[in-house]
Amino acid sequence: MPLTNSLRDDILASVPSLRAFAISLSGNADRADDLVQETLLRALANIDSFQPGSNLPAWLFTILRNLFRSDYRKRRREVEDAEGNYAKTLKTQPSQNAHLEFEEFRTALEKLPQDQREALILVGASGFSYEDAASICGCAVGTIKSRVNRARSKLAALLYVDGAEDFGPDETVRAVIGGSGG
Amino acid sequence: MKDLKSQASKSTTPGKGGLTPEIQSRIGHQLRAMYDDVVRQGVPDRFAELIKKLDTPGGTPQEDGSGGSNDNNNGRV
Repeated sequence: MPLTNSLRDDILASVPSLRAFAISLSGNADRADDLVQETLLRALANIDSFQPGSNLPAWLFTILRNLFRSDYRKRRREVEDAEGNYAKTLKTQPSQNAHLEFEEFRTALEKLPQDQREALILVGASGFSYEDAASICGCAVGTIKSRVNRARSKLAALLYVDGAEDFGPDETVRAVIGGSGG
Repeated sequence: MKDLKSQASKSTTPGKGGLTPEIQSRIGHQLRAMYDDVVRQGVPDRFAELIKKLDTPGGTPQEDGSGGSNDNNNGRV
């Protein structure tokens, strides 16, 4: 369909969530914005292939996801470096507990396999149905469901279950009591 | 002390689907917090301008000068 005013407004309205998706995928704000820009240019160049009345956000997310996929293979190394530096900057601010927890979560998210990460974000954060997420990722609905489940389990293992095992007050308490005795 | 420890691990015992509802909702909450943090930033100017430029006839944001006989100024100031 041609680029009407209302279609352009709808595309603009999708930009904030496209950015959020891009940042969640790439873990790097600058790169995410480049990805969004590329997505918009590609969407506008191919606007004729957009079916009026179909799901515009899903269409845009599909473009972004495919761009990220093709780009990711080329730039994997580079991204890992950037993430490392980003994490380092944040770790120099230990007073911000919320920030640390946030960063821990982001780091855990980065550890998920890409398939699982994108499925979890699309369903758990972007609010797409399993059906839309499946169409964005080009796979079956059942595949998306199992990816989301595995992503959740892995995040839980990384963030919470391991933490519970590490939590051992016995020795600390004993040391304090023992140390003050006399 | 032993009891405390076993209670702590009890609360994270995987239920059906491998996760307690509590952990599931905690993951969901953190995921959305991270995501919405970006969504709330709105539309950066560069994207608003990009789409506005594309609206102008003949105005493309790409600086492709290989047009040949095309001699109008491309909306650049």
